[in-house]
Amino acid sequence: MSDQESEEILSPEHSSVTTSAQHPDTADIVIEVDDVNFSYVKGTEVLRDITMDIRKGEVTALIGPSGCGKSTLLRCINRMNDLIPTARITKGEIRILDTDIYDPKVDPIELRKHVGMVFQKYNPFPKSIYENVAFGLRIQGIKKKPILDEAVERSLKLAGLWEEVKDRLDSSGLGLSGGQQQRLCIARTVAVEPKIVLMDEPCSALDPISTTIIEELITQLKEEFTIVIVTHNMQQATRVSDKTAYFYLGELIEMDETIKIFNSPSRKKTEDYISGRFG
Amino acid sequence: MAVPATEPPFADTADAAENPLYAKRSGLKRRDQVVSTVLAIATYAILACAAFIFLDIIRKGAPVVFESSFPFVNTEFFTKSPESLITFEVEDGSYFEMGSSDYYEWKSANPDVRIVEEHAHPYSGGGILGPLVGTALLTGICIVVALFIGLATAIFLNEYSSEGKFMDSIRLAIMNLAGVPSIVFGLFGLGLFCLVAPVITEVPQERAFLTIPILFTDSYLSFEGWGTCMLAGGFTLAVMILPVIIAACEESLKAIPMGFREASLALGATKWQSISKSVLPYAFPGMLTASILGITRVAGETAPIMFTAALAHKDKLPWQNIPVNEEANFLAQSGEWTGGFLSQSVQAMPYHIYTVAARIPQNEWTRPMQYGSVFVFMVVVMLFAALSIYLRIHYRKKVKW
Repeated sequence: MSDQESEEILSPEHSSVTTSAQHPDTADIVIEVDDVNFSYVKGTEVLRDITMDIRKGEVTALIGPSGCGKSTLLRCINRMNDLIPTARITKGEIRILDTDIYDPKVDPIELRKHVGMVFQKYNPFPKSIYENVAFGLRIQGIKKKPILDEAVERSLKLAGLWEEVKDRLDSSGLGLSGGQQQRLCIARTVAVEPKIVLMDEPCSALDPISTTIIEELITQLKEEFTIVIVTHNMQQATRVSDKTAYFYLGELIEMDETIKIFNSPSRKKTEDYISGRFG
Repeated sequence: MAVPATEPPFADTADAAENPLYAKRSGLKRRDQVVSTVLAIATYAILACAAFIFLDIIRKGAPVVFESSFPFVNTEFFTKSPESLITFEVEDGSYFEMGSSDYYEWKSANPDVRIVEEHAHPYSGGGILGPLVGTALLTGICIVVALFIGLATAIFLNEYSSEGKFMDSIRLAIMNLAGVPSIVFGLFGLGLFCLVAPVITEVPQERAFLTIPILFTDSYLSFEGWGTCMLAGGFTLAVMILPVIIAACEESLKAIPMGFREASLALGATKWQSISKSVLPYAFPGMLTASILGITRVAGETAPIMFTAALAHKDKLPWQNIPVNEEANFLAQSGEWTGGFLSQSVQAMPYHIYTVAARIPQNEWTRPMQYGSVFVFMVVVMLFAALSIYLRIHYRKKVKW
């Protein structure tokens, strides 16, 4: 039996966004990815026909083997791919707040104030902890100390770091452990109060204990932010996310509630990946 | 000796009689030893040459600069400009040696004493104040101009420019600038800064390359050059050191990890905010230390300043007695710290050393001045090199990522 036929048997519907009848989605859609193609270099498409929705207050995980395009899609959402001169969206739109973010009227600087990003390799600035967290506010021109103090405390509490560093806010951010530095980066990102937080494999450079701490953090953060997380680690996706999207070779194979994806996926390709037949 | 009675290992090989683990005499090993010896000899030869030069300079120059009694430093050497050394005998047999300014003072203080024999030795008396001041001023102007232009270029090339043939040709041009002979820089500076550079003046000279009247004023923008002055010399030196500064700044910028820029942009900063707050402060120490080394090099250049700034003899320092010329352009007007100051020509250490070493006859009288000047110059260069090493170590400890 060819792959194509077995696909048919597993899933009568081919829509890439399916919802379970028991849990209808009531949350607002925050990010709409509408039939998007993306390429880094003219001629080779890295993402093809991607259509998906990200809903408010949920954690959506993007999973898939290396090179499948999940990080690329993430970086499209806050237009970090603009840094590469030849990269562009060749088809479709990405809409946030019903606005096409690649519209010429949209300023990427303003966009990034609403869509924050936490990177795989934690990169706090070689400044003090306080200055690290206050950085995003300072560049917006906010200088008043009381405002900054309050924002720094709030963000460090959200990142679960306040108790550990409240006595040494002026010490260098680089003096913290790896897990603490990543939480510092999370604090820095949430300090500007974005609506969406994108996380690109935030725990891949960390030890298991720090990973657990950050996963708990993500579960708390989703009360205030919409989170999209790219992860290599399938178990992490089951632990933290509400929705999971499986990517393979630049295509979105399946997206659904996490429980459904991992227990009864609709596509064989998804099942192959989840069961570890390839990685 | 516990030699096993059984057969030794590798007994079936051809060298069964020898222990295969012991050193063999072979051509390869010999070549290895010869090469390491040759390299060591080359290194120590360079060390010997450097030691010879430095020790010679110290031996002959230190007595000129240092004295055995308080204040332990020959202050006259540092407070006077170069002048002629007059040696003379008076009728009662006493013998005097003094610089020409002291000589005239002595003569007016002792008008009745008859001088029997008198010799004037050019460039052997006085001190090196003029050249020191001149070099300091030239280097100062050079640093300001070179750092500004060089840093801007490095930031543009590294952060803003796109790849492409045009950018490659710009980088090639900058690298080629480093290979241009210094005398060519001197002529370039003469041709551009001394003869054609723009000035704002009410009385443009006849020989001006181009004169553009400025609307609503009596002044003209006249491309008549700045003449021989420290401004022209400083700019010429700046152009000369530009490739070094650009390379140093670019290396420092490249060493900053991309993560800083990305993190900053992801927080909603503009490109310049990211560069100025997350990149430049951490690149600055590297730029500084590399620039200091480059500047030390350029302070010793003679050819570029020969035509553009330097005079062999000048009896006043740049801020003294600037002539008042009401009709002159802004650059040449009087006033100690205005443009008039910048348009003065200066003496310079390398040119002074060249003069006392090559342009005047050599004799025992010129030797103290020669070695003294070289010694002071060498000490200054070493101090700057030590400063740059210290700064590099200091900043490396402070900022680590």
